[in-house]
Amino acid sequence: MANEIDRRTFLRVAGLSLGAGALYQVAPALAGGLADGEGGDVAEAQRRANGEAVTPFTFVQLSDTHVGFSGPPNPTGTRAFERAVELVNRLERPPELVLFTGDLTHDSDQPGEPEARLRRFQEIAGRLKVTERHVVPGEHDAAADGGVRFRGVFGPTSYAFDHRGVHFVALDNVSRARPEVGPELRAWLRRDLARFSPTTPIVLFTHRPLFDLKPEWEWFTADGDEVMRILAPFENVTVLYGHIHREDRHDLGHARHLAARSLIFAFPDPVTAAEKVPARFDPARPFHGLGLRLLERGAAAGGRLDAREVELTLRERSGTEGFAQLLRPTSL
Amino acid sequence: MIATPLRHALLALALLTSPAASLAAPASGEGAVRTVEIVAHRFEFTPGEITLEVGQRARLRLSSQDVTHGFYMKALGIDATIEPGRVTEVEVTPAAPGRYTVICDHYCGSGHGGMKMTIVVR
Ligand SMILES: [Cu+2]
Repeated sequence: MANEIDRRTFLRVAGLSLGAGALYQVAPALAGGLADGEGGDVAEAQRRANGEAVTPFTFVQLSDTHVGFSGPPNPTGTRAFERAVELVNRLERPPELVLFTGDLTHDSDQPGEPEARLRRFQEIAGRLKVTERHVVPGEHDAAADGGVRFRGVFGPTSYAFDHRGVHFVALDNVSRARPEVGPELRAWLRRDLARFSPTTPIVLFTHRPLFDLKPEWEWFTADGDEVMRILAPFENVTVLYGHIHREDRHDLGHARHLAARSLIFAFPDPVTAAEKVPARFDPARPFHGLGLRLLERGAAAGGRLDAREVELTLRERSGTEGFAQLLRPTSL
Repeated sequence: MIATPLRHALLALALLTSPAASLAAPASGEGAVRTVEIVAHRFEFTPGEITLEVGQRARLRLSSQDVTHGFYMKALGIDATIEPGRVTEVEVTPAAPGRYTVICDHYCGSGHGGMKMTIVVR
């Protein structure tokens, strides 16, 4: 049984979209249908295979806050970001991590302004009642100066850490002049992943999609294919990204790409829209189309263990009910 | 997403048809190549639209009036960097009709995200 379990990692992701935003609840279970005692076996097998057993936890993805942006698509500036922070702080089960997937600030050519915007971001993000915040830059944060200012504030823009049996990788695909990760970082990623077993769940967070979602809108990473090849041996990969200011899901082998909504303005559906034009501001629903993602890693026991592949199911409800619903923690 | 396999198919077609086209029309030789000048500057290409013929080889002569720009259209096999002070040449033999959006994929300032032009292929 243990050998079987070693080979079978089972991850469930459930997405939930709420009120003024997209709120995703990712509830991966290692097993379904096992008796209580067997659940412990699963955790133990996982621990042997991966070095650390996966234990349940919750984390949040916030994206594209564009602090400093002001314009017709959203005259409210940082309001959506601030409300999202309030929402996270009211969650019944507080997240252990908050990940920001880029474009924390909007770029500016004014001297001193990019630094001021980074400080303003930190001030708002600092209100989050979580112990761990992790960021990657977007091109609006880092492209103008190759990420120098961003690294000055946040440190390295690509890094990795482990959390409760899950390996997290922050990958910078915006600091070079072109939309790419680059050979040095790809080599770093290869080295970083070398010590993990194929069953280790990997959550990679980055700004741009690592596949050709819509290259003519610059929704791609030129060497994304090569990055995905490095990840290919792993059975359980989730790529969280931003940049496109809308929800999207895309499966590539063992990997699932999930895009988060923005906290500034929404972009249209790339399949049907002719132009990449921000959705018009609706004063009646100021935060329509904006949102965040909540991800929950579930308990090992209590389910059936019958899948080899990563199984992620995404439930969505597009939210139009506004803040009343958003601020009801029980509705999560 | 739907377009991705199509793009790959087009790219494969372009690769297949380029040598075939030059074999089929050796008499026309270099004279058959059409040359188009394109100038890049923050945050525009001039002209904003050009028209090419299916199967006809075209040489695009790219230059920049200010900073380094990119010139990228995967389905047409175009991926170039335009440095100021020199002309960058790109050859293309379109395989299928359509409207192709070329983007600047080299960050060139805060209006970079909207810098693009159209190649119409008939
Ligand atoms: Cu440009």
